[in-house]
Amino acid sequence: MPSYVDPSKCDGCKGGDKTACMYICPNDLMVLNVEEMKAYNQEPDACWECYSCVKICPQGAIFVRGYDDFVPMGGQVHPMRSSDSIMWTVKFRNGNMKRFKFPIRTTAEGAANEYPGETGANLDDECLLLESDLPTPSKLA
Amino acid sequence: MALPNKPLGELAAVVDPEVVEHECDVLIVGGGMAACGTAFEIGKWAPEGMKIILCDKASLERSGAVAQGLSAINTYIGENAIEDYVKMVRNDLMGVVREDLIYDLGRHVDESVKLFEEWGLPVWKKNDAGENLDGAKPAPTLREGGAPVRTGKWQIMINGESYKCIVAEPAKKALGEDNIHERVFIVKMLLDKNKENTIAGAVGFSTRENKVHVYKCKTAMVACGGAVNIFRPRSTGEGKGRAWYPVWNAGSTYTMCAQVGATLTMMENRFTPARFKDGYGPVGAWFLLFKAKVQNGLGEFYANTDAVKDELEKFMPYGASAVTPTCLRNHLMINELKEGRGPIYMATDVALNAFLDDQRAAGKDEKAVKKFWKHLESEAWEDFLDMSVGQAGLWAGMNVEPEKVGSEIMPTEPYMLGSHSGCCGIWTSGPEEEWVPSVDGPRSHQYKWGYNRMTTVNGLFTAGDGVGASGHKFSSGSHAEGRICAKQMVKYCRDNADFTPELAQTAQELADEIYAPVKRYHEFVGASTAENVNPNYCKPAGMMMRLMKATDEYGGGVATYYMTSGKLLNICLDLLEMLREDAAKMAAGDLHELMRAWENYHRIWCVETHIRHIEFRKESRYPGFYYRSDYPTCDDENWKAFVNSTYDPKTEEWKCEKVECINIIETDPWI
Repeated sequence: MPSYVDPSKCDGCKGGDKTACMYICPNDLMVLNVEEMKAYNQEPDACWECYSCVKICPQGAIFVRGYDDFVPMGGQVHPMRSSDSIMWTVKFRNGNMKRFKFPIRTTAEGAANEYPGETGANLDDECLLLESDLPTPSKLA
Repeated sequence: MALPNKPLGELAAVVDPEVVEHECDVLIVGGGMAACGTAFEIGKWAPEGMKIILCDKASLERSGAVAQGLSAINTYIGENAIEDYVKMVRNDLMGVVREDLIYDLGRHVDESVKLFEEWGLPVWKKNDAGENLDGAKPAPTLREGGAPVRTGKWQIMINGESYKCIVAEPAKKALGEDNIHERVFIVKMLLDKNKENTIAGAVGFSTRENKVHVYKCKTAMVACGGAVNIFRPRSTGEGKGRAWYPVWNAGSTYTMCAQVGATLTMMENRFTPARFKDGYGPVGAWFLLFKAKVQNGLGEFYANTDAVKDELEKFMPYGASAVTPTCLRNHLMINELKEGRGPIYMATDVALNAFLDDQRAAGKDEKAVKKFWKHLESEAWEDFLDMSVGQAGLWAGMNVEPEKVGSEIMPTEPYMLGSHSGCCGIWTSGPEEEWVPSVDGPRSHQYKWGYNRMTTVNGLFTAGDGVGASGHKFSSGSHAEGRICAKQMVKYCRDNADFTPELAQTAQELADEIYAPVKRYHEFVGASTAENVNPNYCKPAGMMMRLMKATDEYGGGVATYYMTSGKLLNICLDLLEMLREDAAKMAAGDLHELMRAWENYHRIWCVETHIRHIEFRKESRYPGFYYRSDYPTCDDENWKAFVNSTYDPKTEEWKCEKVECINIIETDPWI
């Protein structure tokens, strides 16, 4: 289900040195054509349809069209992701629609901390941060 | 008009890239769950001034196997005994596993899950009435004793769309953004010039600018996932991107470690998951949460018949357990397909309607049943939307409503990995604990040599898919294993404070090697009028197809229902040898293509170890994942042992050997 870019919406992330979709694609598929100032998926048959580009695009310019070697045409799945939830619209080939909304995180974006100030105790035992009294196996062979 | 020939991609590669040299104490290669665990934990142990760099081929926020999200965390020990976790993993992987590594993982994994929840990952909870609450509803946290929604014994449900984004955040903060080198693809690990069998650095390149990056380090961890697109996939058009495992995992972990002499273990193991056909959506929640059953084409629920029980008894003690090992479940399914009783369906309709019937039987009126259905339907779709949106897209395109019709499931093409229901990988030291067996001999026979999760190469660590013979870590266990490595690498640096890494090759020599495909492209591109068809070079895309054809036809892929033999395997090895020779003739005109060239180079090596191991093991250890026609049974008497292999970087020779498998946890009762 490769992603594709709607040229009427894509603004090339306004000529920044990288577009949001280029930044995020785990498989290095999204690229910017500088002459046209439009992004595109350069290798649709290597697209995992992970939707990372769709979710991050600030213009809502990226969509997904089902893999042409097994998905009949006409359906579409499209998300709207906010900072704490995601809303999915599922459009079926026959025109039916379903909507689902799910939470995605319970803290503010950027708030996940690394336990600042905490340090480990003894480098020579097997305990990791916040751990003590590690168990050892019973019921031995 | 295609002429004149020009590179396919937007970022053209030049013949002479800039060379950038870096020095650090610790190098983390990879950016997935394991690497994020390392990045978080290492800050807690590193002394002031220790330089730590992480290189990620992608961007940390959405890299690795969890990039898309997940709907469940498959390893959370909670109220269970760790010993039972070891028994479960041991049985699922047909007895040949490192119980020390599995037990050790089991005692650290829950701490990672508790951290995820504190960082913001919504974890489903049970309320007092036993109903499921999504992870945003107020409820006690896991650390406070909240009750997660168990599906199976070990799995808990999450709202995991942003799982990786959440886990990456503290990892980034811990190292500092300047120390995270995104879009740098490390392609080779480097040994020290002076000290035998000791890691000293790594080299890679940017996929954004023409720069080769050379790193010197005292210790390194390699955790870049498993291997995908190594066997011809069932979908060979656009749909080949819809791999079950992340399509960007190219076997880099195994290849890069093997090339510097790290011993590999159980590379014969593979994972051939049975998943929803074509979309490869997850089946775990359908089996465990929704209690769905599989049905053959005749409408029979074949999994509990007498014939099946008889078949499973051929594989004792594994076949007798309450939860049939994954490979044997595949074996039963393949038998149905081969007998012409396909296709196999997940009876989603039967399962969902059973819930509604239960509600009605409990006296609920239709309005209440409708409300219940809304919730149930949402749970069913979220399972796909969190982690496999393509499957939801396939259902939408096919007008599939799961309450009305079942969906086909199918065993996929084979994958190589060490963190899911598979266990290929690198042979590592277990923890320095008394209960870990002491064995004489070289490290390739031992269970511990001082630094937990260190490979047989000094200073080289691995985690997640990298650590062999201990599957069923999944996302949480991979993170925990990365954390284990973090502390051990700090300890290694302390113990080797006087070690100054020195590379055998100059930075320029390394850069020339990395950019060889670019030089070849520019030298020969004018020799034909079609950029991809040239007598002097091959392109990465074609190499991948050639590799996948060879493995599929000779190495037990879907073409032969996973059947191979000694004869076929040796043909495969001959083909791979030529493939490896020709890999030196790959050409790349742009940076994306250069990445594909090196990925395929990694794939070829990784697959070669797989085929060598299957050839060496004269039995069929994992019926349903692969079969050898010349040794069709699982032979515990002769082969309940590890197969370990080591490549000698000096002599360029491989050595395969049988290594004793020692049980730590009681074997009676087996489960």
